[in-house]
Amino acid sequence: MKRTLLAALLVLLPGSVAHAERLIVSVSNHRVTVTPNYSGEELVLFGSVEKDASTPADRTTYDLVVTVMGPRADMVTRRKERTFGIWINTDYRQFLQVPSYLALFANRPFEFITSPEIARRQQIGLNNVLLTQRVSGDYADVVPNDAFRSAFIRLRTQRGLYREDASAVTFLTPTLFRTGIPLPAEVPIGTYEVEIKLFANGAFIGKTETAFEIVKVGFEQFVATTARQNGLVYGLVTAAMALMTGWMASVVFRKD
Amino acid sequence: MQLYLPIADLPVNVFLVLAMGAAVGFVSGMFGIGGGFLMTPLLIFIGITPAVAVASVASHIAASSFSGALAYWRRRAIDPALAGVLLCGGVTGTALGVWTFTQLRALGQLDLMIALSYVVLLTTVGSLMFSEGLRALMRTRRGTVPPRRTHNWIHGLPLKMRFKRSKIYLSVIPIVIVGIVIGFIGAVMGIGGGFILVPIMIYLLRVPTSTVIGTSMVLTLVTMLFATMLHAVTNHLVDAVLALILMVGGVTGAQFGARAGQKIRGEQLRLLLGLLILSVGVRFAIELVIRPEDLFTIRELGVSG
Repeated sequence: MKRTLLAALLVLLPGSVAHAERLIVSVSNHRVTVTPNYSGEELVLFGSVEKDASTPADRTTYDLVVTVMGPRADMVTRRKERTFGIWINTDYRQFLQVPSYLALFANRPFEFITSPEIARRQQIGLNNVLLTQRVSGDYADVVPNDAFRSAFIRLRTQRGLYREDASAVTFLTPTLFRTGIPLPAEVPIGTYEVEIKLFANGAFIGKTETAFEIVKVGFEQFVATTARQNGLVYGLVTAAMALMTGWMASVVFRKD
Repeated sequence: MQLYLPIADLPVNVFLVLAMGAAVGFVSGMFGIGGGFLMTPLLIFIGITPAVAVASVASHIAASSFSGALAYWRRRAIDPALAGVLLCGGVTGTALGVWTFTQLRALGQLDLMIALSYVVLLTTVGSLMFSEGLRALMRTRRGTVPPRRTHNWIHGLPLKMRFKRSKIYLSVIPIVIVGIVIGFIGAVMGIGGGFILVPIMIYLLRVPTSTVIGTSMVLTLVTMLFATMLHAVTNHLVDAVLALILMVGGVTGAQFGARAGQKIRGEQLRLLLGLLILSVGVRFAIELVIRPEDLFTIRELGVSG
């Protein structure tokens, strides 16, 4: 058993050696706290491409694609249609475990970075990211120009939750890079995965991953957990608060 | 000043929400209605999800109707016996309504049902009130005496009870039924129901105007407290921070509204309220009829992980 594992490793090893570059990255803040006055934030991701002895000498310029994915959730996209003179939701598609936040950043337009074939395989660009739908009992992604899929991306983009920016990554030196990750005000709470993919001359040559989390702290956290775990107490407190406020107002505004 | 709402999960401008609460509170104090049918659409408009909006508005209505009810109580404008009988029906109706709500939701198309019932209910009640107010206004202008209130079939029902403060002698059957209907409508549509209750009490039950508003506020208060509890226990969607801001704005506005309401004559008040309800109903109707700006909508089914 051990020997087969070792053999498998030995077979795999030359493959990973061929990826001669190493990516070293870091996010400016691994824990974004949502406080009462939170109204959006921008994180900075920076890193460098480390070459080693096996790096081909002619490889001087690199391309980078950064993918940020927020916590996954099920979503439903509905389409309205005119029936009996009124507009009602008739058709819908369910999107399963899709990122609630999705951002794709690159240093130049995706079509210059790599071939459409590799872009599809590496999920480069909003058109190529896998968004699983439930289509009549089947689970699959559909063609990029599907009406529901494009409407879904358009609506998420309008809210600042999905974005694509092919000029967000800047190379400070040929190997040192940085990019901003804008987080909108209504950002979903949870763990965010960041994937950095390295390309050279149109070929995918390696990737690395990092993550950050967005958390509620203090009072926000307390209110949210109480509401979830002690619904009855929370309801009673809210009801009592309503009565108190009403009573106080009638005392304050009493005419005499 | 921005403030992050813990349950709605988004930041809002405190002063904007305060102003919205105050404006709706003013209207609710003036007409003796909860104002839920105004507040919920406003909250949805600033980006709060409908579920959170409906749940949080319930506690806001409870607060403003409590402060209103206290003011009416001091002026002896509440009929405790009438309120008690109404509540028997109201609580039953609310429970029935919540059950129906769950059933409708399972069937889908709940949004459409809510929108359609808003249109039907608001335009009917609104136009009835408006035309009645107009007629009353014309009568006073012409100087003619309004026709004497005649007894209708409702006054022939058994189980009669004397309501001292309202000075009426009425069967409890129609009052309990009215309570059930209001509680039911309120739970399904996420509104207090005061704007339907007040005209029903005036025109159908012949309750004098002096005790109508105060008594209807008691019913609104209890059903909305009940609704707050139900929403908090079952859906965990009541945003206490949002509710508090709305309440503070709401109760303040309600006090000024109540004072303004006393300065306006009854018929004009009804005319204005009719116009307001009618316009909200028409707005919902327009939304259903005209082609929406975007045919697609997204609804999140809960974040996991």
